[in-house]
Amino acid sequence: MSLTKAEVEHVAMLARLALTDDEVAMYTTQLNAILDYAQRLEALDTSAVAPTAHVFPLHNVFRDDVVRPSMEQAKIVANAPEEEDGFFRVPRIV
Amino acid sequence: MQEFEFEIVMGLEIHSELATKSKIFCGCTTEFGGEQNTHVCPVCLGLPGVLPVLNRQVVEYAMTAGLALNCTIAEFSKFDRKNYFYPDLPKAYQTSQYDLPIAEKGWVDITTSQGTKRIGITRVHMEEDAGKLVHGGGTLAGAGYSLADYNRTAVPLIEIVSEPDIRSVEEAIAYMEHVKAILEYTGVSDCKMEQGSLRCDANISLRPWGQKEFGVRSELKNMNSFKTLQKALEYEIERQAEILRDGGVVVQETRMWDDAKGVTISLRSKEEAHDYRYFPEPDLVPIIISREWVDRVRAALPELPEARHERLVAAYGLPSYDAGIITDSKAMADYFDAACRHYGIEPSPIADDDGYRQADQQGKDRAKQISNYMMGELTRLVKEDGKGFEDCPISPENLVGLLQLLEAGTISSKIAKTVFETMYATGKEAKVIVEEKGLVQISDEGAIAKIVAEIVDKNPNVVADYKAGKEKAVGFFVGQIMKATKGKANPGVVNQLLKAELDRR
Ligand SMILES: [Zn+2]
Repeated sequence: MSLTKAEVEHVAMLARLALTDDEVAMYTTQLNAILDYAQRLEALDTSAVAPTAHVFPLHNVFRDDVVRPSMEQAKIVANAPEEEDGFFRVPRIV
Repeated sequence: MQEFEFEIVMGLEIHSELATKSKIFCGCTTEFGGEQNTHVCPVCLGLPGVLPVLNRQVVEYAMTAGLALNCTIAEFSKFDRKNYFYPDLPKAYQTSQYDLPIAEKGWVDITTSQGTKRIGITRVHMEEDAGKLVHGGGTLAGAGYSLADYNRTAVPLIEIVSEPDIRSVEEAIAYMEHVKAILEYTGVSDCKMEQGSLRCDANISLRPWGQKEFGVRSELKNMNSFKTLQKALEYEIERQAEILRDGGVVVQETRMWDDAKGVTISLRSKEEAHDYRYFPEPDLVPIIISREWVDRVRAALPELPEARHERLVAAYGLPSYDAGIITDSKAMADYFDAACRHYGIEPSPIADDDGYRQADQQGKDRAKQISNYMMGELTRLVKEDGKGFEDCPISPENLVGLLQLLEAGTISSKIAKTVFETMYATGKEAKVIVEEKGLVQISDEGAIAKIVAEIVDKNPNVVADYKAGKEKAVGFFVGQIMKATKGKANPGVVNQLLKAELDRR
């Protein structure tokens, strides 16, 4: 399996990363090395192994439907890059 | 739809907010509204280091909806991350279910003018809602920005995905109405469309009649009222038909209905829209549902719309159409049942061959009276006020009080109409209004006979008309007598005495 430069550019676009041509070339090489390494798993016979959904042997961890206090508005927006009247101010999309 | 040159193929994705008190993975309230960003905490905001924990009630509600939609509940189910950037999504991914949803392979039967049809349900899965964007600042295009309120973020949702079985706008609306009724009956969601608790997306494509392969589809987003759904679907079908008529190709894309302009507009290119890079949610462990758990939820299912519809027809003899209208809304059906109870309409203790306990003829007549008032005057007044039957100012008990006065002949049907309006406006009992306003029907023959004689005396020329065979003369006299008694004279007695009086002349 080999990742093309175009695929790296596409993934970078989806992740909102602006990469230079040099960086695209570098990440293509690095990502391919990682994928090659992971590919060693394919040497194993996993036909009798169920797909793993989670690494912990746990299931059905629930909480009761009980309301608890939220955080105060001032604290919530304290880390906002831009804030206005208790709202997060964000770039307009549509 | 046969005359349309293309076959319409649609599937609906219905999103419904669940009626839990707290959010899906944290204890923030799900209450609608509230000052911006006051129902928010580090978990629903997705701050680093937090650990979401699934609300058990979300699983129960999703199972309930799944079972009511005739789905199979998965023994093993898990959450996944759906990754995309949008400012209403603070975590930059939506926690949803991808390949192992909680429920699959169900169906509902819908009724349209074409009859009954089964629509397949592909799946029901659990996920979280997104926040809300308010447009603020500069109104000039490009100069504006948005304001994000995350109160709604992580309110639990179920998404109900139908098979592409829908073939007309009428079917789409009937399907949506039916699913809404099921969600209301099971109490899984309040279905308040005006608050965004229930909304839907539609996949729409057209193909020439007889073609097996689907045409290219567009995905229409976020329709949150029946009116919007109808207008948006009609517009989009015509838009695609025009492209195909001109020999063009429909582009696969996501579109949004713009209500102000009355058009659908393109949102994102397909390339970006569907590249969600799902992967298993590492912060949430899988859900394993035992047979016993499924049985317990199934046993707790209430009577569903279809069963209730059949019961109203069988037990009370309502026409299927009336029963359909009443059972389409849970509030209306509950109102009807409560009114029947207050009226003492007793279903027979012995079930008929189909297992229904029928009311006797008197009970059926009374039930029909209730249904007539509900479907006529009451629906009109409630709709005018933009209310539902759950906030109707006339309680089922008070409606029955009015019908009992009518049945006993204490008031005439004409007076009943006035009393009804006053009841709606004041919430008072019919009996109280009748006493306060002195509206008791006059059935005393002596009193009525006196008024009849006076009026007949005063109008010798109309008597002459009557003698000349003009039937209209009777109507004139009845009108005058009713006017003189302020509508309180018993019409039966009036007719009888008037006839006798005129024949004596
Ligand atoms: Zn929270």
